Amino acid sequence: MASAHSDVTTIHVGGAAAPPVARRRKVRLAPYLLILPAIIMLLLAMGYPLGWQIWASFMKFGLKQQFGAPPDFVGLANYVTIFTDSTVWGVVGRSLLFCIVNAVLTVVIGVALALLMNAVNKAIRLILQIALLLAWAMPVVAAMTVWIWLFDWRRGVINYVLTSMGFNFSNYVWLGTAMGLYFVATVVVVWMSVPFVAFSIYAGLTQVSEEVMEAASLDGATSFKRFTSIIVPMIRPVLMIVALLQIIWDLRVFTQIRMLQDSQMPLDSDLLGTYIYRLGVSSGDFSMASALSIFVLILTIVFSIAYVLQLVKEDS
Amino acid sequence: MTTTAQPVARKTRHRVKVSRIVFGVIAIILALIWVFPVYWMLSSSLLPNVILTSSTPRFFPWGGSLDNYKAVMQGGTFLKALWMSLQVTLLSVVVAILFAFLAALAISRFKFRGRKGFVLAILFIQMLPAEGLFIAQYKMMSSVHLLNTVIGVSILYIAAVVPFTIWMLRGFVAGIPAELEESAQVDGCTPAGAFFRITFPLLAPGLVASGVYAFLQAWNEFTIALVILQREDMRTLPLWLRTFITASQARETDWGAVMAASTLVAIPVIIFFLLVQGRLTSGLVAGAVKG
Repeated sequence: MASAHSDVTTIHVGGAAAPPVARRRKVRLAPYLLILPAIIMLLLAMGYPLGWQIWASFMKFGLKQQFGAPPDFVGLANYVTIFTDSTVWGVVGRSLLFCIVNAVLTVVIGVALALLMNAVNKAIRLILQIALLLAWAMPVVAAMTVWIWLFDWRRGVINYVLTSMGFNFSNYVWLGTAMGLYFVATVVVVWMSVPFVAFSIYAGLTQVSEEVMEAASLDGATSFKRFTSIIVPMIRPVLMIVALLQIIWDLRVFTQIRMLQDSQMPLDSDLLGTYIYRLGVSSGDFSMASALSIFVLILTIVFSIAYVLQLVKEDS
Repeated sequence: MTTTAQPVARKTRHRVKVSRIVFGVIAIILALIWVFPVYWMLSSSLLPNVILTSSTPRFFPWGGSLDNYKAVMQGGTFLKALWMSLQVTLLSVVVAILFAFLAALAISRFKFRGRKGFVLAILFIQMLPAEGLFIAQYKMMSSVHLLNTVIGVSILYIAAVVPFTIWMLRGFVAGIPAELEESAQVDGCTPAGAFFRITFPLLAPGLVASGVYAFLQAWNEFTIALVILQREDMRTLPLWLRTFITASQARETDWGAVMAASTLVAIPVIIFFLLVQGRLTSGLVAGAVKG
């Protein structure tokens, strides 16, 4: 889209051809030349695949196509399947549920930790912050191997601790069922994502002035009342953005699910990302994989609009 | 008035003190929970498998050694994956930063038609998940025979990090007043000379920060790599690390080696991350760091 704009403008500027304009023209061209490499890169690696995917989502790839026949046009049939086929709809429903549960848990725990940071003294705050930073910095795949080890059914620390607390979890196979797998995935996702929320909200909290809080408490406001009528309105913009980003990120969860499936692979544990992968890479069903990908992209864009508009406001 | 106010104040102060201690204890417990997996990775990486698979876990690495690290390094596949990761990461970071820097100059130093559309497009593209495009990217790369190549995966990484890097650098370029350059030109510098002598050195921190961002993204990336790099000898470090888990289906997992391998992958990331985290957290723009 941006490149179309630039073409129009260069032609437009080039149309005026008097000597004093020549220099102006050079200056005018500069910004377009500067953004050109980035645009080419994006068109190549994202624009073209996106276009192909939109095209493929209206097609049907079958056995014939593996021998070189062009795919058949099927209109919106693939999109209809998303909402009618019970397997596909099951994946979509599970993904949305997983996304909402994870986003809510992450934001609630993140806000609680931010409030806690605000309530303790400097030394303890630093300890908490370092712990959160280390968790945040862990590469996803490394974090996954550690969590799989912690939840290992034979020698995992989690089964050991739960069993020694009196619950019978010895040799409990967490990753053997879809529910167990989602539980472990939720623990990992929340553990990884909470630090970002906690730090962002804490930065917002430091903007709330001490005097206002003190005045409110002298006027008899309980701490719950102070939280709902002073703190929440103050951190509301940050809270909205953080919650939005969590929803977007948790909708596309892939690495965690994929890695947890590696060790046991219970049936029916796919979420959108892993299901698209299975369809596209393993089964060669490009049309359905494309339609689901477009579905994910549309959801993402719908959720992103508010966040992007906020960023644009910051730009001007 | 004062006589009634005083005891109330003392009472609240006392209550504040008690709650401070309670909150402090809770904070320490939560800090321990959050740091435990990281600690457990380090601790397990130092212990031999005999101890790791005993029925009671050993919570401190007494009697630990670097044997697991030696075994992982001598396996041969680690160095290969490391070399692959280095090539992909280096290529992606250098090209992405260069392209992003040029585009950031355009949007922060020039007013031009289509600027707003470009900024908007970048911000939206930045949000698009790899999971929503990887099948088409896989098809495209396979049709131009770039599957299992450094170039193929790097092109996708560059496109993935360029939008956010442009946005990040835009802030840094905008922070340097154009008047500085103009006054250098008044003093007889050429426009290019003014730029390289005045603006460029001031930009260094911004370039470092966005370079580290691009590094973290490329180094940790899993999804695109999984799709594009399917051949065993072309694995990057995250894919290599995953094979330890998939291999465990067949035989007993050597957890000591897995944890040593994870530590080797994680350490450069943790160091770089801690260096830039202040900049990444300040301002919510940093959001996209989660990958």
